[in-house]
Amino acid sequence: MLLDKSISQLAKLLRSKKVSSVDLVTEAYDRIADLNPQLNSFISLRDKEEVIKEAKKADEGIDQATSLLHGIPYSLKDAYVNKETQTTCGSQVLDGFNSPYEATVQKKLKDSGAILIGKNNLDAWGHGGSTENTDYKVGKNPWDITRIPGGSSGGSAAAISSRMISFSIGEDTGGSIRNPSSMCNTSGLKVSYGRVSRYGTISYASSLDSVGPMAKSVEDLALVLKNIIGKDKLDATSSNNNDTDYLTDLNKKVSKTIGLPKEFFDEGLDPKVKEIILKAVKKYEDAGHKVVEVSIPLIKYGVSIYYLTGLSETSSNMARYDGVRYGHSRQLLSDETKRRIMLGSYALSAGYADELYKKAQQARTKLIEEFTKAFKECDVLLAPVTPSIPAKIGELINDPLKSFLEDLYTGPINVAGLTSLSIPAGFTQDKLPVGMQLIGKRFHEAELLQLGHAYQQLTNWHLEKPSIIQ
Amino acid sequence: MTDSPKNYQLICGLEVHAELKTKSKMFCGCKNDPFHAPKPNLYTCPTCLGMPGGLPVPNKKAIEWTIKLGLALNCKINLFSKFDRKHYFYPDLPKGYQISQYDIPFCYDGYMDTSEGRVGITRIHLEEDTGKLLHKTIKNEKVSLVDFNRGGVPLVEVVTEPDIKTAAQAAEYGRKLRKIIRYLDIGNCDMQKGGMRLEANISLNETSDLPEYKVEVKNINSFKYMEQAINYEMKRQAVLLNDDKIPTQETRGWDANKQVTFSQRTKESAEDYRYFPDPDIPPLQFTKEQIESWKKDLPSLPEQVISDWKEEFNIEERYSQLLIDNVQAKALLGSIFAAAQKENVKPNDIAKEIINKNIRFDKDSKSQEVIAAYQQLHQTDDLDSSVLTKTIGQVLAANQDAVTKYQAGKTQVIGFLLGQVAQKLPQKLDMSLVRSELLKALEN
Repeated sequence: MLLDKSISQLAKLLRSKKVSSVDLVTEAYDRIADLNPQLNSFISLRDKEEVIKEAKKADEGIDQATSLLHGIPYSLKDAYVNKETQTTCGSQVLDGFNSPYEATVQKKLKDSGAILIGKNNLDAWGHGGSTENTDYKVGKNPWDITRIPGGSSGGSAAAISSRMISFSIGEDTGGSIRNPSSMCNTSGLKVSYGRVSRYGTISYASSLDSVGPMAKSVEDLALVLKNIIGKDKLDATSSNNNDTDYLTDLNKKVSKTIGLPKEFFDEGLDPKVKEIILKAVKKYEDAGHKVVEVSIPLIKYGVSIYYLTGLSETSSNMARYDGVRYGHSRQLLSDETKRRIMLGSYALSAGYADELYKKAQQARTKLIEEFTKAFKECDVLLAPVTPSIPAKIGELINDPLKSFLEDLYTGPINVAGLTSLSIPAGFTQDKLPVGMQLIGKRFHEAELLQLGHAYQQLTNWHLEKPSIIQ
Repeated sequence: MTDSPKNYQLICGLEVHAELKTKSKMFCGCKNDPFHAPKPNLYTCPTCLGMPGGLPVPNKKAIEWTIKLGLALNCKINLFSKFDRKHYFYPDLPKGYQISQYDIPFCYDGYMDTSEGRVGITRIHLEEDTGKLLHKTIKNEKVSLVDFNRGGVPLVEVVTEPDIKTAAQAAEYGRKLRKIIRYLDIGNCDMQKGGMRLEANISLNETSDLPEYKVEVKNINSFKYMEQAINYEMKRQAVLLNDDKIPTQETRGWDANKQVTFSQRTKESAEDYRYFPDPDIPPLQFTKEQIESWKKDLPSLPEQVISDWKEEFNIEERYSQLLIDNVQAKALLGSIFAAAQKENVKPNDIAKEIINKNIRFDKDSKSQEVIAAYQQLHQTDDLDSSVLTKTIGQVLAANQDAVTKYQAGKTQVIGFLLGQVAQKLPQKLDMSLVRSELLKALEN
């Protein structure tokens, strides 16, 4: 199984001509044909013959390749515009929409020589954490197809977990990369706000959206990240602050102070999850890192701040989908999206904005201050990703409030613009994956990747695969 | 029974929109040239079309120009500013919101002096223009078309206090504002095409206090129409008020053919635009030094130049007002006037002839060339009328055939006769003068 290998292993095999890009692409299509009907990880696939041709070209050019991504098959969450397939954002409103231009992240990946296979399923417009709120077929978890893969980038995580693809680009507004990574036993990086250009990303909430890699391991994440970062003149909020080669120092032996924010371990947390996270903490401690308890009291308002901000912005960002020049009627918007537009419009309305939107922005500033204070006592924070194990399909979609609370530990990180890495931390007795997140200061991705990689050198959780492919 | 008509005072404030002539649009790299585009929707991109994923990046030049306009209008400048989203649905607004400025405009609290007193400037902000809707009938079907060449063009809005007391003052303010914008070389203000658009908020009261209503007359595209619209509204509102009726708070348009305003939209309540800071655009921070350096860059403004010319060259204001529109000409005109003075030619006479005789010059012209052109004109003016009359008499006497033909209705012989006169006179002639004298002689 070639796609079970790391990107750097594949890059070596490609360069020694032991494996061809055509082999990788063919394997990807075969596995997708085999598993996608059960998992619904993809909304759109490129024409296989066309992609094989592209892979042949990649094989011919392998000796001149500069990027390790050359010839590696990948997928995009269907929230990015590209020219090869339609872009739906999981909604019938955009069904059949062929973008006349491509996202910066897509352009960068193409320039690196990586090969796009298709576009992954998601909660429509990123509105959700379960991949059930898609207007296409409900996404399933490869570890238990009666359960959700998480979301909103659930299709990407499931595709990586079931080895349909080598890596994917997800999008994280309030946990949408980390949550499915945790639930599908994959690794995902929510980058600092501004680290990767958002140009060509279908905006959910502009001040929270981040474009990041999803893969099997931290090493793969570092490799992909290196290829997609940078200031973009088409995105005024992009930054090249602290840009670095994330691979070079990945193996550097580091000794850090890890902070456990006590509010993340309160009663809302499923004891099964808590136990697994604390074992991971022990692992770090044993490896010589210092662990301290910290407090971020305003976290209790984190979900409120996240939703007031995110829904206000999404009510505005969704206004362009009026069905006038492209796309279909907005009658086709799902209940979840309508709910979010209404809540956001209300929070911005005259007479209510002061108490809702504006207050949330003031609280946002306060929350950022608290994180800054916490980072004076530690280098990184360690926390669970979600409060509970992957829900049964139907459980969350019928309980919107419970669904909102899935973002309890992830949303506040976006509110503060920080970076956060989600990696596998173990399994429940029912063999359901549980992830943990390492949270870093803004623009300190390198630090997180070193720590995450160190953990994956000591553990094998991230190497485990769902039985569906064995 | 109504009381005898009362004396009402006009209470009027203006909102003027002007497009800036930056090379590119406000938030994307598209060409900013909506009036010369060879076809619709040519200068567009994912950002100004509001495509999924398009992002705005603000145009630095447009921001600098807006602040310069504010400085020219004696405004204070907000060192911290931002762009906000203003939400409403309209087919010419592709994102469902317009990027504008809400509570922190770049400029505030300025003024402009007019002959009827000072007009306070409340604020100047920068926003993006919308697309243009065209309502047409194609193959017997009524259709609405939209052209986004104008969508996203930088647009400044200058809002005054309700300080305007007469329709004439409103027009004077408008003309002066246009002059300043042209003078700063930041906008063409082509009113016919919509490069500058006027809105007047008009109410009447017996005192100078703000009354409880206001009528907004929108989309006026000339100063004359604005004056007419204000005068019309004053009469219309006075009739209502005399009947103890409060004019409806509404938006009206000006019908230039019928010379009336007409109701377009009644504002039931304040619209809720759900303004909030545009999260795609980081807030802007300026330094005092930056503002000071822009202030230093400002050319001397029309008022100043007019008074300088008056003092130095004794140019009459009616001429300088006409000459001042073009900022590039200003420096050259100054040197022309100075050179003329040296050659004992009155600068005011040159100014007069530049306007009346349309002496052409551009930025590469030398002042000596302009003076020479003036002197040439001056010579023809100098042609002794008795010499001309005598010459014409001689030509007509020598060409009786032609005279007879002319009298028989063959007026084309005029050209021949003109040529004959010109041959006998060595100077450069003002041919229109010769022609009218010749016609006079023929008719006698």
